[in-house]
Amino acid sequence: MTESATDPVYVTDKLIAEDIDAYLVQHEHKTMLRFITCGSVDDGKSTLIGRLLYDSKMIFEDQLDALASDSKKVGTQGQEIDFALLVDGLAAEREQGITIDVAYRFFNTEKRKFIVADCPGHEQYTRNMITGASTADLAVILIDARKGVLVQTRRHSFLCHQIGIKNIVLAVNKMDLVDYSQEVFDKILADYTEFAASIGIESFTAMPISGFKGDNITTLSTNTPWYTGPTLVEHLETVEVLSSVDAEKPFRLPVQWVNRPNLDFRGFSGLIATGSVKPGDKVRVLPSGKTSTVTRIVTFDGDLDEAVAGQSVTVCFADEIDCSRGSVISIADNPPQSADQFEATLVWMADEAMIPGRAYWLKLGTQLVSATVAEPKYEVNVNTMEHLAAKTLELNAIGVAEVTTDKQIVFEPYGDNRSLGGFILIDKMTNATVAGGMLNFSLRRSQNVHWQALDIGRAQHAGLKNQKPAVLWFTGLSGSGKSTIANMVEKKLHRMNRHTFLLDGDNVRHGLNKDLGFTEADRIENIRRVGEVSKLMADAGLIVITAFISPFKADRDMVRSMLPEGEFIEVFIDTPLKVAEARDVKGLYKKARSGELKNFTGIDSPYEAPRDPEIRIDTTVVSPEEAASLIVDKLLGDA
Amino acid sequence: MKTLTHLERLEAESIHIIREVVAEAEKPVMLYSVGKDSAVMLHLARKAFYPSPPPFPLLHVDTTWKFQEMYKLRDQMAELSGMELLVYQNPEAQAKGINPFDHGALHTDMWKTEGLKQALDKYGFDAAFGGARRDEEKSRAKERIFSFRTSSHGWDPKNQRPELWNLYNARKARGESIRVFPISNWTELDIWQYIHLNDIPIVPLYFADKRPTVERDGMLLMVDDDRFPLQPGEEPVMRSIRFRTLGCYPLTGAVESEAKTLPEVIQETLLTTTSERQGRAIDKDAGGAGMEVKKQQGYF
Repeated sequence: MTESATDPVYVTDKLIAEDIDAYLVQHEHKTMLRFITCGSVDDGKSTLIGRLLYDSKMIFEDQLDALASDSKKVGTQGQEIDFALLVDGLAAEREQGITIDVAYRFFNTEKRKFIVADCPGHEQYTRNMITGASTADLAVILIDARKGVLVQTRRHSFLCHQIGIKNIVLAVNKMDLVDYSQEVFDKILADYTEFAASIGIESFTAMPISGFKGDNITTLSTNTPWYTGPTLVEHLETVEVLSSVDAEKPFRLPVQWVNRPNLDFRGFSGLIATGSVKPGDKVRVLPSGKTSTVTRIVTFDGDLDEAVAGQSVTVCFADEIDCSRGSVISIADNPPQSADQFEATLVWMADEAMIPGRAYWLKLGTQLVSATVAEPKYEVNVNTMEHLAAKTLELNAIGVAEVTTDKQIVFEPYGDNRSLGGFILIDKMTNATVAGGMLNFSLRRSQNVHWQALDIGRAQHAGLKNQKPAVLWFTGLSGSGKSTIANMVEKKLHRMNRHTFLLDGDNVRHGLNKDLGFTEADRIENIRRVGEVSKLMADAGLIVITAFISPFKADRDMVRSMLPEGEFIEVFIDTPLKVAEARDVKGLYKKARSGELKNFTGIDSPYEAPRDPEIRIDTTVVSPEEAASLIVDKLLGDA
Repeated sequence: MKTLTHLERLEAESIHIIREVVAEAEKPVMLYSVGKDSAVMLHLARKAFYPSPPPFPLLHVDTTWKFQEMYKLRDQMAELSGMELLVYQNPEAQAKGINPFDHGALHTDMWKTEGLKQALDKYGFDAAFGGARRDEEKSRAKERIFSFRTSSHGWDPKNQRPELWNLYNARKARGESIRVFPISNWTELDIWQYIHLNDIPIVPLYFADKRPTVERDGMLLMVDDDRFPLQPGEEPVMRSIRFRTLGCYPLTGAVESEAKTLPEVIQETLLTTTSERQGRAIDKDAGGAGMEVKKQQGYF
């Protein structure tokens, strides 16, 4: 055993013995860093971890006794303690002398608690490395000083970068075997700097160490006077942890479970992925798009004033809105997107190769959907980073492919949000986890969408419902009575067993068109979208009723042209401006007159009345009830 | 912006895990051994679902040889948490009078390993929470948080499901089950500190007190009831002792100690030079790989 190994002196030890309460307070306030060590056995990875555990007194006497006897039996360090034996856990691994699986180790320093994912380095264990890296704040990439930057160094760095690890430590190990030569270190540093830049790693921290001898692990070594950077432990103690970075992002809470102990309490439980939340915050629930206000953040230890990324909480809303497992609660004015087609980077983890077009379960956050993967665009050679043509992805392969889900999922690009961008694929037959994936972006542009020939058409849809589809398009000034009459019409039709759907202007603006304002361009887009939706619903065989001001003739004509002859029925709710303004149910005319509301139809934006509508209702002479009967009669009489 | 402490992160992770199981499993259960790890796990479950009680029962696989104080606290905690308590004792072990004095390793195998499998089969539980930690033992360091078991409860260490991010795959075929370890990433010190900070009730045996003991095979055993067969010349001696782990009283070694408060216990734990499982006879079976072999056979 070397001198530094037998003689680690720590302030914490004294504190434990002299003032345990002070120590407990110190320990209570420690933060936590999760990191991974990459390198092969030859790089001295297990030895380094064994050293970290040993130096922070995480190895007990009985374990050390076992270690000493194991070292003599199967150790590779002669009569010296073989730290690697401490961490190579499984019997099979001890026999073969390699680290197969990810093993998790724990140690403390004065400032932090550490969880180390000890990952295997061989190419055939890429999946294990990705697994360990997925939860890491930092990666320690080990290089054997005698060998320099190798193929595996490149592979490990590439994988860590792919999985989004921002803090990379290049630990040039076994410096004792190159006489602590600065020249050797500088050469490796230069080689690595060039490589790192080529794959997009923006920064890293390099340090010369010896895991075996203990140089620059906890104290700066006198063997490397030319090195003035931090020791490994110092660096690990001070680097920023991921959850602090995540707390600065917009609020996202994937809902795990709805807590409903009785009729008076309804809370939504989950782990905050990013951002923070306070009572009073306006939130939006996706995919429904409904908004509400957070009233309480409930925990066993009492309500919280604020909760941040990384905390498991239960939140309550002011309104009873649709929210369940798989929903994502977000800050109201900056919600994540939804999509069903993506470009994703996949790491294949199963013996059975990926089958393009086969349906797998895709789990992202708390959402579970069915998904298919297209033939890969390319596979990445993890040693050279070259893009290769590929028909599939085999075990340990990494590639980029299109992923299509059977319904829309709430997501963010992986680079912005690990929780809403990282997913796993599960084989539907064996239930095995077959792949890990990272969503890069959604593919939503229309040029990527092709018409699909369908066997069941609009005639079949309508036939099953035994009705003739139609779009009753109500138009008129704000306050003319469109919504009131439209609602009555729908009620009448419903009683007559007709399949209907009412699209209301205000409601559509909460969801489908929430991104649109009231400029002329936005109002045109508003009507175009409603027209498209009406057309789809009419295709589905429904009688669609719409209630929008739709002031411009050109737009109404645009919708008319989308539909088959005779299916667009324009209903003009004719109310003079004076009458509508006198009603002013929503107080909007008043606001418009005062200039508070711009582009208001009838005030500072024109209303182009229909010249030749299918139905015209003069609300100054007919009651809403009579109007509804007239419209229904006209509709069904025509049919 | 506030940076979470390590205990806050561990707590949040454990709660997340427990909720995932409830959301995805059909019939979960929490294995409750009444020890300090179980105490923390139960507390986390209560936090996870507050104000609801945890929506699953507690299962105690009883060997009939636990310390009397453990049985007492077990019943108290079940009542406090508002959870159903299921106690299972392997009828075969009971009929054959299997005990730790006469049957050695068979005692653990029949009462605990077989008893657990029988209980899970009897009630049809498809997910069982256990309080194992990765820092306890070498083979546990590599076990997943969601550990998949075949219909015969076997564990295949070479064929574990990859566990990425905090995405857990709880899907399984009928008859198969998962063991879930929500406190995998906690260390012994974390457990003690959490008990201290949250004032979680634990068995008084963890604190030093004068208790009747005999020394046998280098272990200090407590004479907890009159089933303890004294060997010729053995006479119980009152010693100030406490326990670092709790199992069947004839198999659990005590340490001599004066630590009567939690800070004192923690202090002693940190200054000690042996690991906590050292007092357990079970790990020493089958050489260094004792626990790994037991797990493959279905031990928790």
